[in-house]
Amino acid sequence: MAQAVAITQQDRFGQTSRRDAWWASPAAVVIGLVAFVIYTTWAALQGANYRYDGYLSPFYSPELWGSPQAWFGATRPWWYPSWLVFTPALFILWIPAGFRLTCYYNRGAYYKAFWADPPACAVGEPRQSYWGENYFPLLLQNIHRYFMYLAVLLVLALLTDVWHAFWFTDASGHEHFGIGVGTLVIALDVFLVGGYTFGCHSLRHLCGGRLNQPSLCPLQSKLYSCSSMLNRRHMAWFWCSLAWVGFSDLYVRLCAMGVISDWRIVF
Amino acid sequence: MSSSATFRIWRGDAKGGEFRDYQAEISEGMVVLDAVHQIQARQANDLAVRWNCKAGKCGSCSAEINGFPRLMCMTRLTDLPLSEVVTIQPLHTFPLLKDLVTDVSWNFRVKKTVKRFTPRPADAADGSWRMAQADVERIQEFRKCIECFLCQDVCHVLRNHRLMDQFAGPRNFVNVANLEMHPLDTQNRLPDLKDRHGIGYCNITKCCTRVCPEEIKITDNAIIPLKERVVDEHYDPVTMVLGKIFSGFRGKATTAAKR
Repeated sequence: MAQAVAITQQDRFGQTSRRDAWWASPAAVVIGLVAFVIYTTWAALQGANYRYDGYLSPFYSPELWGSPQAWFGATRPWWYPSWLVFTPALFILWIPAGFRLTCYYNRGAYYKAFWADPPACAVGEPRQSYWGENYFPLLLQNIHRYFMYLAVLLVLALLTDVWHAFWFTDASGHEHFGIGVGTLVIALDVFLVGGYTFGCHSLRHLCGGRLNQPSLCPLQSKLYSCSSMLNRRHMAWFWCSLAWVGFSDLYVRLCAMGVISDWRIVF
Repeated sequence: MSSSATFRIWRGDAKGGEFRDYQAEISEGMVVLDAVHQIQARQANDLAVRWNCKAGKCGSCSAEINGFPRLMCMTRLTDLPLSEVVTIQPLHTFPLLKDLVTDVSWNFRVKKTVKRFTPRPADAADGSWRMAQADVERIQEFRKCIECFLCQDVCHVLRNHRLMDQFAGPRNFVNVANLEMHPLDTQNRLPDLKDRHGIGYCNITKCCTRVCPEEIKITDNAIIPLKERVVDEHYDPVTMVLGKIFSGFRGKATTAAKR
């Protein structure tokens, strides 16, 4: 026999008829992003222990100013603000930060996790007003493709770091080819960052997705297929590359501080 | 599997209503729609439910099962925790007609505002066109849409913010993508996408993709590529200039593809 039950509200913040742990995914995003931002900020502001033999922390790559191995030398540039702590990471980190902040996957993830807009699918929201990305300031998210151009250049710089990571200097100052755990760590970092960057939605669009007849442009068609293949797992590439770039910095830092020693085979 | 389960079904119309609990006998292979039909036949003859194919191809039996938008005919009871009450309610976003039936006609009214397919002049003297298979493969994904409107239901821009007069919703963006990316099409729907259909309101939460029973990658393959095309034409100064100089930059080809 039918039995009446009170009606449930669904329009208030957090209210839903969902039974699953809908809060788990946004909570994981908050934990992951906050932990990464805290570590990155700390590591970037150190300005030290970012090089060890042939290894360079990806937070500091490419090193433009800051040490004798830097592209433009160790001298602090004349235009650098005197009130700002000098660290080579600040010349670079704004690029990957901007790229990830405006990333299509990440936007959806942090709108849910930090702004509860919505907290999860089919879950009530805290605010009635909504502008989306139709108006300033979120309209600026459309700058993503420009960060992508710069991020592609950074991947090329990271590739040169892998090459340098194969060369080790002995006590007499001579360089020898070799391979160490750090070499593998840095190489995997480039692989993951490259997979994330080249699967970017904007890159996918610009390299061929904008065409309605890709068969007329075989090269762009091929590039589009490659980018689409990476794009299918864009979320996984995002998180794996984020975690590994942090680990790569930690590994180089711990080696440079003498906390751990790098296992290597030198020829 | 237990021999019976409790289903809490919304009963009522636009004026009001309530959830009512019903017991249904459970047997192997049943889906939620089977249970609803059994309840309708044995306990609630006046229970309104829209259905047709029972095969996930007509898009009629959309509802919210345990709070999540799904097709009733494609939701197996073995996938639900039957030790608890199973909640079935109508789509939250659309006006309620009766019980589990909502008025989804708004979606069709918006669809009519999309510029129609406008092919280039025929390639051959017999009035036919030539297309490369590679050029039509991408849009074939969009043609799987069965218009169940689960994506429209779960989209928070419509569901929570009720921006029906400014935002077309994921289903209509899939339709626009199908037309806009067609190798023969010559229309420009980007100004409408930006203004009339409000694609900028989408904040890419991917809920539409998550609920799609046809597993169309709505966000990645339809909405984001359309957003990028809007950026090309309205926000990126470089592509705006390139689009003015090179007629082919927008990707709307006017000649037949190589075969």
